[in-house]
Amino acid sequence: MDQSRADRLDRRQFLAGVGTAALIISGTAVIHTNEAWGVEVKNLKPETMRTLIKMARDIYPHDRVADRFYAIAMKSYDAKAGTDPQTKTTVEQGVAQLDALARKQHGVAYVDVGWEAERVALLRQMQGEAFFQSVRGGLVVSLYNQKEVWPSFGYEGESASRGGYIKRGFDDIAWL
Amino acid sequence: MDAKYDLNDDSVVVIIGSGAGGGTLANELSQKNIKVVVLEAGKRFGIGDFINDEWDSFVQLAWSDMRTTSGSWRVHRDFPNIPAWIVKAVGGSTVHWAGASLRFQEHEFKARSAYGAIQGASLLDWPITLQELEPYYAKAEDKMGVTRTNGIPGLPGNNNFKVMAAGATKVGYKGVHTGRMAINSQPRDGRGACQQIGFCFQGCLSGAKWSTLYTEIPKGEETGKLEVRPESHVAQIEHDAGGKVTGVVYFDKGGQQQRQKARAVCVAGNSIETPRLLLLSQSSKFPNGLANSSGQVGRNYMRHMTGSVYAVFDRPVHMWRGTTMAGIVTDESAHNPKRGFVGGYELETLSLGLPFMAAFLDPGAWGREFTSALDGYENMAGMWLVGEDMPQESNRITLDPTAKDKWGLPVASVHFDDHPNDVAMRNHAYKAGTAVYEAVGATRAFPTPPYPSTHNLGTCRMSENPRDGVCNKFGQTHDLKNLFISDGSQFTTGGAENPTLTIVSLAIRQADYIAEQMGKNAI
Repeated sequence: MDQSRADRLDRRQFLAGVGTAALIISGTAVIHTNEAWGVEVKNLKPETMRTLIKMARDIYPHDRVADRFYAIAMKSYDAKAGTDPQTKTTVEQGVAQLDALARKQHGVAYVDVGWEAERVALLRQMQGEAFFQSVRGGLVVSLYNQKEVWPSFGYEGESASRGGYIKRGFDDIAWL
Repeated sequence: MDAKYDLNDDSVVVIIGSGAGGGTLANELSQKNIKVVVLEAGKRFGIGDFINDEWDSFVQLAWSDMRTTSGSWRVHRDFPNIPAWIVKAVGGSTVHWAGASLRFQEHEFKARSAYGAIQGASLLDWPITLQELEPYYAKAEDKMGVTRTNGIPGLPGNNNFKVMAAGATKVGYKGVHTGRMAINSQPRDGRGACQQIGFCFQGCLSGAKWSTLYTEIPKGEETGKLEVRPESHVAQIEHDAGGKVTGVVYFDKGGQQQRQKARAVCVAGNSIETPRLLLLSQSSKFPNGLANSSGQVGRNYMRHMTGSVYAVFDRPVHMWRGTTMAGIVTDESAHNPKRGFVGGYELETLSLGLPFMAAFLDPGAWGREFTSALDGYENMAGMWLVGEDMPQESNRITLDPTAKDKWGLPVASVHFDDHPNDVAMRNHAYKAGTAVYEAVGATRAFPTPPYPSTHNLGTCRMSENPRDGVCNKFGQTHDLKNLFISDGSQFTTGGAENPTLTIVSLAIRQADYIAEQMGKNAI
C-alpha cells in the first residue's frame, strides 16, 4: 500500500483566486485550500481523484480526521491506474457512474451534492458494484493503517521499543 | 549441536509442522534419543524479528497460501480465501497464540454420552478420559510455565481485564481471574517476565510467552538429534505395498523436490493442511487418501463457537495495553442445557489494534453507524467468546477441484455451517458479554461476528472404533501404524477451552507411545 504523504504544495501557488470549496482542481492536481496540500494526478483524471477523496470520507466519515488522510488513502489508485489498465477503467467508469447517478437525482456531480446523507444514499445504490466494494475494501486498510491517523483515535501503536506498558499505564484505569 | 540427516536415512521420524503439536513432539522424541527431522513450510524467525504492527505482522507470519471456502458462515462472505488465521513459520501458531492454557473438563471427553444424541451433530466420546490425560496436562503446564499452576502467580490484570472483572463481578460471576496463561508472570525457564507490550498475536517480542520456536525446538536441537528444515513444504506421504509409510516428498527452500525417507511420519500441519496432505497422498492402494478407510479424513471440522463483544464507555479504557488475553470468566463453561444449548463457553479478554478493529468489527460495514464505533476506540473494552461447537460430518476440508497452489497441488477448500447449537450458544454469549459491560456503564455494545478461525480442530479425529475416526487414542492412524496425527486434528470434539494445552499434552503422551512402539519394533 502506498503510504507516502500527499504532495505538499506551497500555499502561494494557489492562494489567489480559489473559491470556498476545500477541494479544487488546478491543472492536473487536486488542491486542498484549507489544509494546504495537493495531490498531483498522473494517470486518472484529477476530477476522478477529487471524487474518490470525497467518497472515501463519505464511506468512513471521521470528523476529527483531516481530508489529507483520505487523500493519502486514495492516492495509490492513481499509481495503480498507471500500471493496471483494468484498475483505470474500473475507477473511471465507477466514478462516471456515480456522477451520472448524482446528476440524475440532484442535477450536479457527486462532489457537489451538498449533504453527506444525500451522497451516502447515492453510494448505497452502488454498494453492490465491484467498484464500490474495491474502493471500500482497499480503504479499510489504507485509511486505518496510517500511523499518523492513529492518534485521532487514541491508539498508541507499537510499544515494545518503549518497554511495553508495564511502567506506562497497562492498569491505570481509575474510573471503575 | 544441530543434527543433519541424509535424505535416505530411513531411521528418522519425520514430523510435518513445528507448532504446538509438531514442535513439542520433536523435542520430546529427541530427548528420548530418537532421530527427528521436522519439515516446516514456513520460514524461521527470531524473537527480535517480530513486528508490533498488525498488518505488517500478518504479512510476515500468517498462512496466506490460497484456500477456498463455502458454506453459510460469514467468513466465507467476508474473507473467502482466509478461512483461518494461523501462522506459517517455525513455531507454527504458537508464535501468535494468546497463551490461554486451560484443561478440558471431564465431561468434554465424553461429549456424546454427556450431551446425548444431537440432531445433525456427529458427536463421539473421546477414546481417552481426563484421568488418562491428567499426568500429561501436568507435564505440559510445567513445560509451558502456565500461571496459576506449579506455584506460578497469575499475571497482573490490565485495564481491559479490570473492566471485564468489575462487570462480571457485578452480574454475579465467580470464576473471574487473569487466566491460566503460558506467559511468564515472573522469569522462568530462561525467559523473562511479561512486559505488558500487547501485540501477543504478532509474536512476543520479550519471549515471555511460550512458543515452540524458542523453547521446544532449540531444546530439541541441543540434543543433537533434531534437524529442523524450514521452508520445506510437504506435498505427499509415501507408502509401500504392505501399507507402511516410507517417507515424504517435499519442496525445499529452493523449490526443488526432495524425498526424505522415514521410519514413521507424524502430521502436525494444523487441521486444514493435515487432512489436505492425507487427501493429496492418495494412491492406488489408498484411493480416497491415506488413513481414510473410514471416510472421516477432513470431516468434523470444528472451529469453536466464537464471537466477540466490544463495548464503548464514557471514559477511556486503553484496552490494547498489556497482555491481550489475561482475563477470563469461567462461569459459563459448564454443561448446563437449561440455557438452551449443550456444552459451555468461556469469556476471555481480547483487544484488537485500530487497523484490525476496522477490518473485523463488522466486516463490510461502512457509514457513520460503523465509524462512530471506531470513534469510541479509546474508550472500548473487548472480550472473546469461545465455546464448544458441534462436530458435523458436512463441515469438512476437501481438495478444491480447480484452485491450485504454486506447486500445482489442489488447495484446501473449507466448508462450514453453524449448527443450531452453535448459534444458540453464541446468542447466549453475546447477551452475557453485553450484560457484563452494561453492568459497569457501557453506552454501546457490539456483538462482533467470528474472525477467520484460529482454533481449527477435528478433521482427523481419534476414535475407539476405526469406523468412526482416523486415529486411535495415541494419534496413530487406524490404517497405517507408522503414521500419526499430532495436532488439533485429532480432537474428537472441541471442548470449550482454548486447545493448545491439550494439543501439547497429547504430543507429550504420543512421544511416550512412539518411543515405546519403536522400542518394541512394532513400528
